[in-house]
Amino acid sequence: MSTPRLIEQKFLDYKTSSGFWLYLMTDCVLFASLFATYAVLHAAIAGGPSASDIFELPMALTETIILLTSSFTCGLALLALRHNNLKQLIVWLGVTYILGVSFLTIELSEFGSLIQAGHSWQQSAFLSAFFTLVGTHGLHITVGLLWLLVIVGVLFKRGITPKVKRQLMLFGLFWHFLDLVWIFIFTVVYLMGVAA
Amino acid sequence: MWGRLSLDALPHDMITIGGVVGGGLAILAGIAALKYFKKWRWLWTNWLTSLDPKKIGVMYLVVATVMLLRGLADAGMLRAQQAVFATSDNGPISADLFQQVFSAHGTIMIFFVAMGALFGLLNLIVPLQIGARDVAFPLLNSISFWLFVAGMVLINLSLAVGEFSTAGWLAYPPLSGLQYSPGTGVDYWIWSLQIAGIGSLLSGINFLITIFTMRRPGMSLMKMPIFIWSVIGCLLLVAFAFPILTATLSMLSLDRTIGTHFFTSEMGGNPMMYVNLIWAWGHPEVYILILPAFGIFSEIVPVFSKKRLFGYTSMMLALMAITFLSFTVWLHHFFTMGSGANVNAFFGIMTMVIAIPTGVKVFNWIFTMYRGRVKFATPMLWFMGFVVTFTIGGLTGVLLAVPGIDYQVHNSLFLVAHFHNMIIGGVLFGFFAGVAYWWPKFTGFYLHEGLGKVAFWCWLIGFLVAFLPLYALGLMGAARRLDGYDASLGWQGLFIVAGVGMVIILAGVFFQIVQAGYSIWKRDELRVGSDPWDGRTLEWATSTPIAEYNFATLAPVTYRDDFWEQKHRPELKKPTALIEPIRVPKNTGIGVIVGLLAVVIGFAIIWHIWWLAIIGLVTTIVLIITATLREDTERIVSIDEIMAKEKRLRGTSA
Amino acid sequence: MKKSRQPFFTPWRIAILACLVLIIAGLGTFLLLDGKNIAVLNPRGIVADKEKDLIIFTVLLGSVVVVPVFIMLFAFAWKYREGNTKAAKYTPEADGNRVIEVIWWGIPLIIIGVLSVVTWTSTHDLDPYKALESDKEAVSIQVVALQWKWLFMYPEQGIATVNEVRFPEDTPVNFTITADAPMSAFWIPNLGTQTYAMNGMSSQLSLQAHETGEYRGSNTNINGEGYSEMDFKAISTTRQEFDLWTKAVAGSDKHLDWTTYEQLARPSKDQPVVYYMLHQPKLYDMIRGKYMDMNSASSSKDSSGTMNHEGMH
Repeated sequence: MSTPRLIEQKFLDYKTSSGFWLYLMTDCVLFASLFATYAVLHAAIAGGPSASDIFELPMALTETIILLTSSFTCGLALLALRHNNLKQLIVWLGVTYILGVSFLTIELSEFGSLIQAGHSWQQSAFLSAFFTLVGTHGLHITVGLLWLLVIVGVLFKRGITPKVKRQLMLFGLFWHFLDLVWIFIFTVVYLMGVAA
Repeated sequence: MWGRLSLDALPHDMITIGGVVGGGLAILAGIAALKYFKKWRWLWTNWLTSLDPKKIGVMYLVVATVMLLRGLADAGMLRAQQAVFATSDNGPISADLFQQVFSAHGTIMIFFVAMGALFGLLNLIVPLQIGARDVAFPLLNSISFWLFVAGMVLINLSLAVGEFSTAGWLAYPPLSGLQYSPGTGVDYWIWSLQIAGIGSLLSGINFLITIFTMRRPGMSLMKMPIFIWSVIGCLLLVAFAFPILTATLSMLSLDRTIGTHFFTSEMGGNPMMYVNLIWAWGHPEVYILILPAFGIFSEIVPVFSKKRLFGYTSMMLALMAITFLSFTVWLHHFFTMGSGANVNAFFGIMTMVIAIPTGVKVFNWIFTMYRGRVKFATPMLWFMGFVVTFTIGGLTGVLLAVPGIDYQVHNSLFLVAHFHNMIIGGVLFGFFAGVAYWWPKFTGFYLHEGLGKVAFWCWLIGFLVAFLPLYALGLMGAARRLDGYDASLGWQGLFIVAGVGMVIILAGVFFQIVQAGYSIWKRDELRVGSDPWDGRTLEWATSTPIAEYNFATLAPVTYRDDFWEQKHRPELKKPTALIEPIRVPKNTGIGVIVGLLAVVIGFAIIWHIWWLAIIGLVTTIVLIITATLREDTERIVSIDEIMAKEKRLRGTSA
Repeated sequence: MKKSRQPFFTPWRIAILACLVLIIAGLGTFLLLDGKNIAVLNPRGIVADKEKDLIIFTVLLGSVVVVPVFIMLFAFAWKYREGNTKAAKYTPEADGNRVIEVIWWGIPLIIIGVLSVVTWTSTHDLDPYKALESDKEAVSIQVVALQWKWLFMYPEQGIATVNEVRFPEDTPVNFTITADAPMSAFWIPNLGTQTYAMNGMSSQLSLQAHETGEYRGSNTNINGEGYSEMDFKAISTTRQEFDLWTKAVAGSDKHLDWTTYEQLARPSKDQPVVYYMLHQPKLYDMIRGKYMDMNSASSSKDSSGTMNHEGMH
C-alpha cells in the first residue's frame, strides 16, 4: 500500500472512531435518561411487586458474568486481529456471539417468567421503567449480535480488509460500552433493588 | 389488516379539506412540471441522490421555506380566529381544529423550519468555512436529511389522513396520554419528531466530527471563524439534548401503544417526569437555534464594518458559557409547578446568568462597528433589527426568569410574545441575514437589495405590531392558546392590531419570494464575482460557482481571517499547495430509500399496522447492512480534470 | 452591483415609512389600552402588589443595559456609516480592548448580581406554599380543575361552588389545588400567582384581596377542547356578606357527594355557576385518591423532587 493511501486509511480510522465515540456518548445520554426515569419511578409500584419481590440475584449475576466474559473474548478477538490471525479471530468472535446469545436468552426468559406471573410492564410505573431500561440494553445487544454476524460473514468472504478492521474496532467499543451499561443496570436495578 | 386506518380518517371540515386539496394540487403541479420539462432524471441524479453538502444544504433550505409557508398559514388562522371569530361561537375554526393548528404551528416552526434552515446553513457553510472538501460522513449526512424530510412528510400527512395532536408543541401528559387523546394526533406528533430528531442527532455527530477532524491545516481552534465556534456550541447541545428527546418520546409512545405507565396519571405514572425530561431537551433546543444565529451575525458585522471582530476570545467564551448554562435552567419553564422556593430561585438565577454572556456578545458586535466603515446592505439591516428585537426579548426574558414575575405572566400571551421575540427577532432574522449574506457565494448573483430592504422593514414592523400587543394582552390576563374569549374583556382591539401585524409580516414574506424570483430572473444584471462583500473567511476564497470538491488545493492557513489578510497585506507570501487527485463521494439513493422507509414505518406504527411496520423495519436493516458493505463509493477527480475545471470556474467568474 | 434607475424604495424612504407605520400602530395600541384593564399592573391583592413592584424594578434595572445598547447601536451606526469617511476614524485592525471587554463582562455581572439577590428573597417571600400572615383567620378553599370548569369546596363552611369563588376581603385565602383533568392552571391576575393543578397532587396557594370586588380567574394551561371556556369569577366581599352567603349556600337543596361529583366531572362546556351543600366532607381527598390509591406509601410523586411541598398544609 502506498503512503498517501495509508495516511488516508489512518485518517478514515481516526474520523470513524471519533464519530463512533461521539455516538456512544449520545447513547450514554439516552441511557442516562432511562436511568433517571427508573430512579424516579422505582418506588411507584402501584400495589404491584417491588424490586426485591421479583429480582433474583443469581440469575442477574450469571448474566453479568456471561457478558463480562463475552467482553473478554471480544478483546481476545481484537488481539487476534492485531496479529492478522483470521482463524483465531473468527473463533473468538464465535465465542463472543454464543455468549451474547446466551445472555439474551436468559434476559428474555426472565422477562417471560415475569410476564407469566402477571408482572408485565402494564402493572406499574416501576415495571414499565424496568422493562424499558433493561429492554433497551437488550435491544442494543441484539443489534450488536446482528452486526457481529455481518462482520463474520464479511471476514469469511473477503478476509481481513482495512474496512472490516475498522468495523471490528468499532464493534469492540460498542460491546465494551454495553458491558459498562450492564454493570450499571446490575448495580442500580438488581443489587440495589434486592438490597432495598 | 389496516390497524386503526379507515375511511373516517379522511378530513371532514372544509378548512382541512381545502388545505389538503391545495397541497395536493401543488404537488401534482410540481410533478407535472417535472414531467413536462423532462427534469426527473436531473432531479434524481443532481439533487435527491447527491451527497454534496452544498446541494443537501439547498434542499434543506427549500424544505424549510415550504414549511415556513405552512407554519405561516397556521399562524394566519390563529390570528384570524383570535382577532375576528373568538368572541362568537360560530367561527369557521372549531376549538378542536384551532388546537390542532397551534400544535402544528409550533412543531413545524421549530422542527421543520428553524431546524431545517439551521442544518441547511450548516451544510452550506461549515465545510467551506473550515476549508474542507466535504463533511466527515457524506452518506450519513444524506440519511439525516432524508429522515428530516420523512418527519416533515408525516406531519403534513396528518392533515390528509387522520388528525394532528391538540396537546401543544410539547404535548404534556396526561393530556397527550391515551386517556385524554385516544386518536392518532399525538402519535403523528411523536413519530414525526422522533424520526426528524434522529436525523438531527446524526447530523450533530457528523458536523462535530467534521469540525474537529477536517479543518484546514493551520486552522487551530482559536483561528476558527466565530461562526464555527457557535456551531460547535450548537452541536454539542444537539449531541447532549437530542438523546433525551428520543428517550422521552419513546416512553410517551410506549405509554400510548403498549400500555406502560411512565407518564399516566394512574398506576404510579408521573407526568411531571415528562415535563422535566422534555424541557431538559427543550431548553437546550432553543439555544441550538439561537447560537448559530449569533455566529452568523459575528460573521456579518465585521465584514460589513470592514473591521476585525471585536473581542474574539470574549465571544468564544460567551458562546461556550451559554452552551454550558443552557443545561442548567430547564426548570424555569415550570416555576408554577410547585417546586420549593430554593429550587425556583436557583433556576431563576441560573437563567439570568445567561444574560451576562449574551449581553457581552451584543456589546462586542456594537463595538465591532465602532471605528469601522459600516455598509448597510440587507444582512446588516437584519443585524440592526435583530439587536432591537432581541434586546427587548432579552429584557422580557429576564422578567420571566424572576420566579415572582413568572408566577403572574407564565402561560400568558406575555410568554408567547417573549419567545416569538427571541425566535423571530433572533433566530429567523439571523437566518435571513445568513441567506442574504451567503446567497451570492452559491449562486453567483446578488439578491435584489431594494426588495430585500422592503422585506426587512415589513418583517421588523410586522413583528413589532404583531407581538407587542401580545405583551399587553398577557398583562391583561389573556392566557395563551385561547380559541375564544368574552367580548366584554376588551381584548379584541389588540388582537386585531396583532392580526394587522401578521398581515405586514406576510407582506414581508411576499417580498422575499418576489425578491428571490426577481433576482433569479435578472441574474445577469446582478452577477458578481466569488468575493462580493470583501469577505474575511475561507468560503470566499474559492471560486463561484463552487466546484464539488470546494477547494482545488488545501493551502495551510496562518491567520484568523486568513483570506482577508492575504488580500489586504500584499507583503505576505502566499502559501502554495500541490494539486492532487481528489476523492469525492458518488451519488447514492440510499438516503432517499431510508427516508421513504421511515415514512412507512412511522405511518404503520401511528395506525397500528404492525405487519407493515415489521416489513419496513426488516427492509431498513437489510438496506443498512448492504450500505455498509458497499465498495467503490468514491470517484477520483484527476489532476487534469481539476485543472480544466478550475480554469473554467475562475475564468467565468473573475 | 449595477446601479440602474433610482428605485422608488430608497433606504431612507423605507425607514421613514417604517417609522410612520410604527408610530401609527403605537398610537392605536395605546388608545386601545385601557389602563385599568391591565390586570397584572392593576393589582388588587397583596401578592399581585409585590409582583407588580418586582416587574417595575426589573424593567428599570434592565434598562441600565438596554438603553445604552440602543443608544450605542444607533449612534455608532450613524457615525461610522460607510459614507462618513471624513469625520469618522477607521481602525480596521482593532480587534479588542481588554479594559472595555472587562467592563462589558462587569456591568451585566453586577446587574445580574443585584437581581439575583432580589430574586432569591422575592422568591422566598412569594412562595405560594407560604400562608400569608394576618391577624384575621384565613379561609380555606379546595379547588379542583375539571374538564372544563372549576369546582371550589369550602370544607369549613360545608359548601361547594362551580365556576365562582367567594371569599372575604382583606383576609388570607388558602387555596389547595388539584385536578381531575389534564394538567390545568389556576390564575386570578388581579390577585397574583398562578399555580398548576395536577391529578393526584395538591398545590398550595395563598392570596389576599385588598377590598371587595369581582375579578376574572381562568385556566392558563391547555387541557382539552373546552380549555378556553374555563373562566371563573373570583368575588371578594365583606366578611359579613361572606358569612351570610355561606349560610345561604349551606342550606341549598343541591348536595355534592361522590355521585353528583361524578356527574359534574364529566367533560362539559359552558358550565353555569352552581352552588352546593357539600355533603361529602372528604370529597377533595377522594378526588385526589383516584390517582393515588394504587400507589404505595412512598408515592412516586414525592421522589421527583418537584413536589417537595407535598403535604405541608
